[in-house]
Amino acid sequence: MPNLFSNCGGITSPNPFWLASAPPANSGLQVMRAFEAGWGGAVWKTLGTPIQNVSSRFGALRGPGAGGEPVGFNNIELITDRSLDINFREIYEVKKRFPKHAVVASLMVETKEEWKEIIARSIDAGADGLELNFGCPHGMCERGMGSAVGQEPRINERITSWAKEYSTIPVLVKLTPNVSNIIPHGLAAKAGGADGVSLINTIKSVIGLDIDRFVMEPRVAGLSTNGGYCGAAVKPIAMFMVGELARSREFGLPISGIGGIGNWRDAVEFLLMGASNVQVCTAVMLHGYRIVEDMIEGLTDYMSSHGFETVDQMVGKAIPSFSEWGELDLNYETVAKIDPDLCIKCNRCVVACHDGAHQCIHINPDGGVPTIDLSECVGCNLCQIVCPVPGCITMTEVDNGFEPATWNLHVTEGAPLRPKKGVH
Amino acid sequence: MRSSPEWTLASQRSELAFPDGKPAYNQAQAVAEASRCLYCHNPPCVQACPTHIDIPSFIRKIATGNVKGSARTIFDANILGYSCARACPVEELCVGDCVYNDAGIPPIQIGRLQRYSTEIAVREGWSYFTAGAPTGKSVGLVGAGPASLACAHELRRLGHACTLYEKSQVPGGLDVTGIAPYKLRGEEALQEIHWVCRIGGIDVQSGVEVGKDIAWEELERRHDAVFVGMGLGPDRRLPGADLDGVDGAVAWIEKMKLGTVSLEGVRSAVVLGGGNTAMDCLRELAGLGVPEVTMVYRGTPEGMSGYKHEWEAAKKLGVRGIFGATPAGFVGEGQVSAVRIKGAEGEQEVPAQLVLLAIGQARLGEQLRPLGIHADASGRLIADAQGALSRPRWYAGGDCTNGGKEVVNAVAEGKAAALSIHRAMGV
Ligand SMILES: Cc1cc2nc3c(=O)[nH]c(=O)nc-3n(C[C@H](O)[C@H](O)[C@H](O)COP(=O)(O)OP(=O)(O)OC[C@H]3O[C@@H](n4cnc5c(N)ncnc54)[C@H](O)[C@@H]3O)c2cc1C
Ligand SMILES: Cc1cc2nc3c(=O)[nH]c(=O)nc-3n(C[C@H](O)[C@H](O)[C@H](O)COP(=O)(O)O)c2cc1C
Ligand code: SF4
Repeated sequence: MPNLFSNCGGITSPNPFWLASAPPANSGLQVMRAFEAGWGGAVWKTLGTPIQNVSSRFGALRGPGAGGEPVGFNNIELITDRSLDINFREIYEVKKRFPKHAVVASLMVETKEEWKEIIARSIDAGADGLELNFGCPHGMCERGMGSAVGQEPRINERITSWAKEYSTIPVLVKLTPNVSNIIPHGLAAKAGGADGVSLINTIKSVIGLDIDRFVMEPRVAGLSTNGGYCGAAVKPIAMFMVGELARSREFGLPISGIGGIGNWRDAVEFLLMGASNVQVCTAVMLHGYRIVEDMIEGLTDYMSSHGFETVDQMVGKAIPSFSEWGELDLNYETVAKIDPDLCIKCNRCVVACHDGAHQCIHINPDGGVPTIDLSECVGCNLCQIVCPVPGCITMTEVDNGFEPATWNLHVTEGAPLRPKKGVH
Repeated sequence: MRSSPEWTLASQRSELAFPDGKPAYNQAQAVAEASRCLYCHNPPCVQACPTHIDIPSFIRKIATGNVKGSARTIFDANILGYSCARACPVEELCVGDCVYNDAGIPPIQIGRLQRYSTEIAVREGWSYFTAGAPTGKSVGLVGAGPASLACAHELRRLGHACTLYEKSQVPGGLDVTGIAPYKLRGEEALQEIHWVCRIGGIDVQSGVEVGKDIAWEELERRHDAVFVGMGLGPDRRLPGADLDGVDGAVAWIEKMKLGTVSLEGVRSAVVLGGGNTAMDCLRELAGLGVPEVTMVYRGTPEGMSGYKHEWEAAKKLGVRGIFGATPAGFVGEGQVSAVRIKGAEGEQEVPAQLVLLAIGQARLGEQLRPLGIHADASGRLIADAQGALSRPRWYAGGDCTNGGKEVVNAVAEGKAAALSIHRAMGV
């Protein structure tokens, strides 16, 4: 039986599944219910000087299908609106009942004095670690906090070093994805002495418009503002940023992965990409704490079937595959194959290839299975992506007789490249 | 008498002629259907299931590819989750209550999704449950049908020893011998039972009839508690029904499922009754190629206790219904040739070389009266909501207490009784 115990920057928990700092981790009763459901840790809703929120806070980008499941989520809510006294009392109570679970205090204040005080109170309350919220991209940044800090490596480093000066417990820095290159921001946190980073926070976004009123959503009276984007749709961006930091030789700190995680498979991907654990917000907001059962079972099963005994053994397993484009083998060749027994003759591959790729899948005049002109197929995967039947179109490897050759090798040593396809 | 859990059925069985009525989903189909589920919270489908399987969770796990966890969710609530997936009248239970119905959108095919996960789990032999630490207590169970099996499995999880006394040679009760073969075949039900028994310590003494081979009182001496899951008795008969070609419906179905029935020379068959056993007989006779199958029922089509979807399916096979008529006698010398029925238009003869009596089964509760265990006038054992009978340390569940419902009810009642036995043991 694999062991799900997790350690991220010195903060330990019975499993690698934490609630991200957000409404699901807003109060003691919620966090206790989450722990009972199986969550291993929770990053408390960001603490600071309590704010006042607007009504109408969220918006969603919906996918197709009945009910239109939200695939992207947007919010304009700020940090906690509850008093610090209540929050800290509840943190204390949660820790007393769940000593082995991780409770991390997410913090966001302005002055050095304020940092000193809130850190002392967090430690007194029994928090296992701190997460510095340098990521919120709406509202708080207008007040010089959140992403306003996370976008300035010097300020990031300075505040991180204050936190480290005052803290006796591990400090994670939560990074904003609203930057063009994540590396300097991770390094700033490291320079400030952080024990690890968490990412991503939300991405600046406009989720949609009320086209009759000419007003952005979520509409607050007659106005709106940009929000922070999260949910399934941001996972690829989060995975990229986690991977970038994880493979950076200079960085080397533990990472708590966040962004679009909703099931065990997503979590496995983040771990393989270099995250030591994962945090979840939107999927819990949409479906409740209960999703963790599937995450625990799925991860356990995955670990058993792949021979991992501990979570640490998985962390970063896929990093070596994250390479530069110039190192990819240009002579590696694949072509699409359609399984005639599975094909339902929808011809989606035909139209996709004709209009969006290289015009090499042809309609069958008898209404049968489309045919692929293999001499023209460039192996782009588009047909496989649009095919509604799993396993019907497979990309199969072709032995073209060429030795592997990368662009870098071609430029430096003149390695021979196979003839291009689809360039008529 | 034997207790080795290696039960087999004859290789030649009439039931094998039937194709699978609702073929298994492949992975793509299962994921597509599972992805439609709204993952409701505390939804009506769960309320409608007598074993309260956490339906949204098991379906979501199919969508995420966690088939093993999906089957765990099912079996944790209902240890015969595979049989139920295939045998439950889902139109009347979970599927009928899917919230999509209210939105005018086709409901989720919960039964087929449940079959998907559980079939893989049983085939792969995934095990989820281990026997509890031995408590030193033992329970005797009468019968090895769904009620006793569910009760025994739960008792084993709690660490109690279990002995099942089963009069027939194979366990499973009507789950093996009664379910219409286009829903579930005997060997498929048996495969799940083998899987259930893998928890260990479910000692099935087959070929032992309590009350004949061993006295009822003896059970009480041998065990700390007794669970009665003996189901219903033989088919009710009618006067004059001793001609060849007149058979009890449940008896005939058992022959069809465990061995072969001959339909040579049967051009017309009549089924008397309008319940679900009658519905099954109609579809089975038509499915085995009897050219003319007629149901004779005393009430109206609306008043039939057989499910509407079953009657619709029977009609699609060309089955004919005569309503408002009661049997008045059987015609024939040695072998039946017709049934005489009496209706609004007087008496008539309906030709039949085979007549199946589906007018109910006897109830066996009377057998326990000497122990001071109460049964109602019809012979149904009277148990409280926890399955306790009117004699201390005696419990019951399934058809013998509910009067004849579904496999899923028997499982729910067997499990509930196990929990109250456990509480009463106080270990
Ligand atoms: C024709 C028919 C079709 C059905 N179709 C369906 C269906 O499609 N779906 C569904 O969910 N349900 C169906 N049912 C109902 C379902 O089979 C029963 O509700 C369920 O099997 C009841 O389980 P049980 O354990 O209470 O009793 P049973 O299944 O009847 O099991 C009782 C067991 O006890 C044994 N026994 C009895 N007396 C003694 C004794 N004195 N000593 C030792 N052993 C004894 C019997 O041999 C038997 O094995 C059907 C029933 C019939 C009759
Ligand atoms: C309504 C809402 C409120 C949030 N509040 C906070 C917050 O107070 N502090 C913080 O660090 N992140 C906050 N976040 C960001 C989440 O913690 C998380 O980083 C982000 O939503 C990405 O994860 P997800 O895709 O699982 O939602 C909030 C997100 C949402 C949707
Ligand atoms: S989710 Fe709850 S708090 Fe939010 S609008 Fe609906 S009822 Fe109000």
